Amino acid sequence: MKNVQNEMHIKLLSKSTNEAFSRSVISAFVLELDPTIAELADIKTAVSEAVTNSIVHGYRRESGMIYIDAYLTSDRNVIIKIRDRGVGIEDVQRAMQPLYTTAQEEERAGLGFAVMQSFMDSVSVKSAPGKGTTVTLKKRIVALR
Amino acid sequence: MLDTNYDNDKLTVFLSGEIDHNRAVGLRTAIDGRLTALRPSVLELDFSRVSFMDSSGIGLIMGRYRSIGLMGGELRVTNVPDNLSRIIALSGVNTLGVMK
Repeated sequence: MKNVQNEMHIKLLSKSTNEAFSRSVISAFVLELDPTIAELADIKTAVSEAVTNSIVHGYRRESGMIYIDAYLTSDRNVIIKIRDRGVGIEDVQRAMQPLYTTAQEEERAGLGFAVMQSFMDSVSVKSAPGKGTTVTLKKRIVALR
Repeated sequence: MLDTNYDNDKLTVFLSGEIDHNRAVGLRTAIDGRLTALRPSVLELDFSRVSFMDSSGIGLIMGRYRSIGLMGGELRVTNVPDNLSRIIALSGVNTLGVMK
């Protein structure tokens, strides 16, 4: 990765109380780039979706660790990788379709990836059954006007 | 803890703070418990004190739309702060006629 000016790595258990923790940590980390309240809210929401996916889907059968690697670059990009070693996704394209969910009984709206795509500049997903899932979120923080 | 008001066959639930997957699980059970006990004709979800919501909040709204619908009642979603309007629009919840 080019022009990294700061980075952070955390590892946390797939407990749903860690959803709030992970978005608070990311939000504090990104503050260095002076984001607007709206930009910060977008990033928090996207991270919350990705971490929830790891907890609800990745580690549906057993708990495990979630790894978050975050980078700030000198050209004001925030790059966040959220990785689990859970069950993985068989058909990533299908999983990314709005309203598609495999957890209906848990009232999952099937909007996680749609929210990430709408709130971030780019979202990439790498996954295979049994190999876990890595979601990479990227957003450029607009310079202070 | 659920902050509610029941008056004239209407159950109002005052949601607050951050609604994520962790919070939504408890809220769902608590709200459905009140619905079953009271069987109101209107369920109002008041979002004025909600500071953050991800798609779990959308699941919570859609689920309550079904619960109250099965009882023949009506859902009203009120006082949604501006910062939540994007996720609401993205979800299509606003096309259900529940936004008041």
